[in-house]
Amino acid sequence: MLHIKCPHCGLRSQNEFSYGGDATVKRPELNKEVSDKDWDNFVYLRKSPRGKHLELWQHISGCRQWIKVERDTLTHEIFKTLKANEEV
Amino acid sequence: MQKYSVFSLIKNAFKGHKDWEVAWKDPTPKKEYDVIIIGGGGHGLATAYYLAKEHNITKVAIIEKGWIGGGNVGRNTTIIRSNYMHDENGLFSEFGMDLWRNMSQDLNFNVMFSPRGIINLAHSDAQMNAYSRRGNSMRLNGIDAVLLNREEVKKIIPMADFSENVRFPIFGGLMQPSAGTARHDAVAWGYARQADSMGVDIIQNCEVTGFDVSNGKILGIRTSKGNIKAKKIGLCVAGSTNILAEKLNMTLPIETHLLQACVSEPIKPILDNVVTFGAGHFYCSQSDKGEMVMGGDLDGYNSYAQRGNLPTLQHVLTEGIAMFPFLSKLKMLRTWGGIMDMSMDGSPIIDKTHIEGLYLNCGWCYGGFKATPASGWTFAHTIAQDKPHELNAGYSLNRFSTGHLIDEKGLGTKTWIS
Repeated sequence: MLHIKCPHCGLRSQNEFSYGGDATVKRPELNKEVSDKDWDNFVYLRKSPRGKHLELWQHISGCRQWIKVERDTLTHEIFKTLKANEEV
Repeated sequence: MQKYSVFSLIKNAFKGHKDWEVAWKDPTPKKEYDVIIIGGGGHGLATAYYLAKEHNITKVAIIEKGWIGGGNVGRNTTIIRSNYMHDENGLFSEFGMDLWRNMSQDLNFNVMFSPRGIINLAHSDAQMNAYSRRGNSMRLNGIDAVLLNREEVKKIIPMADFSENVRFPIFGGLMQPSAGTARHDAVAWGYARQADSMGVDIIQNCEVTGFDVSNGKILGIRTSKGNIKAKKIGLCVAGSTNILAEKLNMTLPIETHLLQACVSEPIKPILDNVVTFGAGHFYCSQSDKGEMVMGGDLDGYNSYAQRGNLPTLQHVLTEGIAMFPFLSKLKMLRTWGGIMDMSMDGSPIIDKTHIEGLYLNCGWCYGGFKATPASGWTFAHTIAQDKPHELNAGYSLNRFSTGHLIDEKGLGTKTWIS
């Protein structure tokens, strides 16, 4: 069981959260020309590193806020949790 | 190579089983090969075998970080099927079914292929309609499919929950009678033994640390046992694909996730088929030893851990108990996890890459084991001929950017949602 420290609610168990994927993926800017390559990058291509991974989680059975979690994908150690609008 | 037969068994029994040849050698890597396959799992071993058998390319090495049979080929739930709706998946998998049917004879190794049939349960009218559509698509591709109503399902699996007040009543199911299971270790060992006998070097405990690429052409690999040159290199490393891709400065439409499976204590024969729960994600069969073999959802977040987390197991087995209530009485014997190369449309990639001489085989998601022979066969063809076979032409790497996705389940790019 992962224990994730929600920046709003404190330490909670994994079952209260749902996963939202790689948090480093950025949507191409709105109202600007987007090349096929940029769109492909955004929609499909993922680094999926072994080691530190910054990812989105939603505290779905808690405050329902989206948060960022920096976690090791090999050891599952959680280094840091942030509000969704915070940068590492 | 020593042929395995009842006569060789009797002969060796009289000698106290002391004279069996090793099944495959443990060579030191040569300086150069025609083809190097990275990854000694089922797909890598099958690729090397078909390179030698179908294309006469025998100066081949398989480079394996761990040991033969230690990865996903020994971690799956051994289900073999071709019950796909889309042409690419259906024709590819059905080609594989023919290879499965002849595998024990072909490899002179009993892989215990057991075509016991798979039943996907339906729990609503809408799901029955969807299954009837899928079944019709399968039959158009020459794959056997039978739509079963509630009573017909009850005859086959009376131990399932057919009571009136269940949350997900069984409406019927789609059955592929020719689907089944096989002994997964035997598949790895059988391919390894045959490949070795035809001259393939199987190099275990050898990690690839880098690649030599010059002017867009692959020249060789760097490993923990030294540098090895090769004209062609095939990546066949499932959940470790992204780690090697990073060394090649490639970013792929793949995420690595953890999938768990488990077996119960052995019990007397009760379940003849493979059965899947249609209102969630749970599948179950009974091994020859009597264990109930079960699996279901991914753990749900990127992971390279090769071992799972209990909340997912609890979730999966809750579905199992909803389908087969008797499972709640059983003790768990073992649980384990493997890392899956989850592609963004749920279908695999077998293709060339932008680097000349570098070939890619990945994205198997939940379905790697059953694809072992067809994957090896088509990947060997792709490497030998330097172009995909028509069976894997749809499994191209650029289908994501061109929009030619093969989205069997219509799930989109959230690979961890199943």
